[in-house]
Order: sequence, then C-alpha cells, then structure tokens
Amino acid sequence: MLTGISLGVAEGTVTGLLGPSGSGKSTLIRSIVGVQRITSGSVRVLGLPAGSPTLRPNVGYLTQELSVYRDLTVRANLRYFAAVLGVDRGRVDQVLEDVSLSDRSDARVANLSGGQQSRVSLATALLGDPRVLILDEPTAGLDPVLREDLWSLFHRLGASGATLLISSHVMEEAMRCQRLLLLRDARLLIDDTPDGLLQRTGESDMDAAFLHLIRQSEATA
Amino acid sequence: MSAQRTMATARRVLAQLRGDPRTVAMLLVVPVLLMILLRYAFDSNVFIFDHVAPILIAIFPFVLMFLITSVSMLRERTSGTLERLLSMPIAKLDLLVGYALAFGTVAVVQVALVIVVVLGPLGVSVTGSVVVLSLFGVLDALLGMALGLCLSALAHTEFQAVQLLPAVVFPQLLVCGLFAPRDQMAGVLQGLADVFPLTYAVDGVTRAAASAAWGGSLVKDLVIVAICIPLALGLGAATLQRRTG
Repeated sequence: MLTGISLGVAEGTVTGLLGPSGSGKSTLIRSIVGVQRITSGSVRVLGLPAGSPTLRPNVGYLTQELSVYRDLTVRANLRYFAAVLGVDRGRVDQVLEDVSLSDRSDARVANLSGGQQSRVSLATALLGDPRVLILDEPTAGLDPVLREDLWSLFHRLGASGATLLISSHVMEEAMRCQRLLLLRDARLLIDDTPDGLLQRTGESDMDAAFLHLIRQSEATA
Repeated sequence: MSAQRTMATARRVLAQLRGDPRTVAMLLVVPVLLMILLRYAFDSNVFIFDHVAPILIAIFPFVLMFLITSVSMLRERTSGTLERLLSMPIAKLDLLVGYALAFGTVAVVQVALVIVVVLGPLGVSVTGSVVVLSLFGVLDALLGMALGLCLSALAHTEFQAVQLLPAVVFPQLLVCGLFAPRDQMAGVLQGLADVFPLTYAVDGVTRAAASAAWGGSLVKDLVIVAICIPLALGLGAATLQRRTG
C-alpha cells in the first residue's frame, strides 16, 4: 500500500529507486509496469495508462523472481521471449553480449550461478529494445566488475534515449543515477539528484546521507 | 491471437519436455503398464478386461494430462514467467493454445501407444471403429489438459496442485459408470454424472468400442467433450490476470 506518492520520471534518464526492503519499491515498480492492481490514483507511462496493451512492447520489466525457464538453455529462453515480443533473432546475440553471457548461451539456466541466472533475466528484459526499462534489483548478488559493466550498459541505454528506473538497496549505486527516489514506509522521502542529496544532508557518502534522512524522518514522525 | 506466438509457446513447452526425458517416459509408459497390469488382474475373467479397457483408454490419458498440465501452469505462475509473459504483447489464448498444442501432441502419441498395446498384445477386440476410439482418447486427454490448465488457478503450491487430482478427478471417476452402473446410483449422483464431462468421455469410448455405427448418442458425447475443451481453456484464460494484488 503506497500513500501520497506523486512523481514523474523524465525520458532518457536513469533514475534510482532506493529504500529499505519492505519500503514499497516493488509495489511502485509493479504499478508502473501495470501488473499491480491499483485501488486509487493513476500511473501513466509514455502518456498512456500503465499496463495499456500498446505499452507492452515498449516497457521492459525485470522482476526480482528469476522469471525465466530454468529447465531451458539460455538461448532457448531468449529465443522464446524474442518470438513473443516479435523481435528479430539477431537481438538474442546482442543482448547476450550486453550482459556478458555469450559464452554460456548453450547452458541450461538451472546450471548457471545465481548471478548468471539473474543476467539471463536481465537480457530478456532488454530483448525488445524497450523505450522504458523498469529493473527491480538488477545488480543484486553480482560482483563489483559485473556491477560496473551493467551500470555502464544502463547509462549507454539512457544516452540512446531509453528511460530507466532501477531499484536497489545498495546505496553506493545511487551515485550512478541522475536522479534518486527514496522510499520509506511506502512514502516518498526524497526526490533529488545524488549531489543534491549529499548537500542537503551535509554528508560525504550515500550510506551516511541515507541514514541521516531516515533519522530525520523518524524524529519528525 | 497470433499463430507465431502460439507456435513459439508450443515449441517452448515441448523443448521443456525434451529436457525432462523421465517425465516423457512416464507419460508414455505408465498408461501402457497400467493396462498390462489390469489385463492380468482380470486374468480369469478376460471378458471384464475387454469391457473395461476402452474406458481406461479414455481415463488414463485424461488423468495424466490433468496432473502434468496443472503442475506446469502452476510453475509458470510461481516462477514469475507468467507475470513476465503477461507484461509482454502475448494473448492469453496464445499461451493456452500453445500448451494445448504441445500436450496434445504428447496425448496423440500416448493414446496411440495404449491402443496399439491393448488391441495387439493384450488381445482386446473392438467391434467399433479404432479411429473413433482413438479420436475419443485424444479428445479426453485434451479435456484433462484443459481442466488442468483451468483449475491450476486454485492451487498456490505444488502440493495443492497434486491434490486437485483426488478433489476434481476422483469424483468424476466414481460416478462416471466405471465402478457402478449409473442407473443404480442415488439420484443426486446421477445428476452429478450428467454435468461431469468425464461421463461423456467414458460413454463415448464405450459406444465407440461397441459399434461402428455413428448413432446420435455417440455424436452427442463427441460434441459435449469437444465443447468442454475450449470452454475449460476459456475459463483458464479468465484465471490469467495481468494485474494481481
């Protein structure tokens, strides 16, 4: 249950959605994708109500669940989702390269490591070359090198005009976003740039800034 | 609906089955083994087996398909793949018909094997048409599949899905006329039998085995079973919600 949240995300930007677990990040994301039943309020994506059939090819969605077939190979998964999206098979090789999984394309998903499995899921979200990418914890459980690679990819996609909303509970990743949304207890605590956030709190790193804000909100509550 | 997405789904489901040879082996071998078992259970009364075997051609594929599809669809729901698919431009019927095509293919092989073994080595002779008997067998398998897809929405875990079998299939089995003649059952149960689709499936194979003539009752059974399949698939589509709580 989210309350009193009003926000807009500009096209062609990378926005971070941060907050402790249980703060409502996934509910907000599911509302934007259009898979969450909404009792009141409205969500519009690219000018259309969230979840509209015409939006489906334009919105890529990465859930926290694996959401790929563990008993199929990486390539078989991507080929199937490519057929569902109606995109060219050539995209399969492209997205495999994007997530650095080309060399594991013939492995069964079940036989991959956790980090590799989540990259198969991310590759699926990238398949349709969507204008809007909603990623729920895309870097969870990845080593720093891969995390760095993925953030570079996200910025490349943003620079080419895609709009990205990326949730994370790793505060250091917040610095990589152009804009930050901070959720706590299902309310929007902060909507600012990373630098703005540091200045506002007078802290030097994100973890400290976040703690600062939370203490502040608890004091006023 | 789109033929491309439907076929892609059917190919994907078949690829998943190919990756699980043990399940395929069980799907194909278990009905045959059960038939052989039953043949020798009625060793001194082979005429009873002659009467029962066609009915079981309707029932075994129905039960197995019900089980395997209800679990597959449940997996699709719990693994998050269903939510992902429904956030993509795929029609619900693309998904369900894709499943129907894939499992229907398996059903054809399954029923063909059972019929070959029953009519061949097990020596059952039917007066009716083998083709019509096979048609009923495949339709019954598809009916089991469609009901499994549709009712899997009631289950939240695999334990629950497996228990749909005794909850949904056993009552149909008990009143379909296999265990006791329907006209000797309590009136309420006769009424129940009249609304259960498996009743018509069993009547159909019995009639098809008994006579090659296309009587009105046989056509009625065929039509009812054939209509129940898209009906259950339609209900199944209604259980696939793009938005959930």
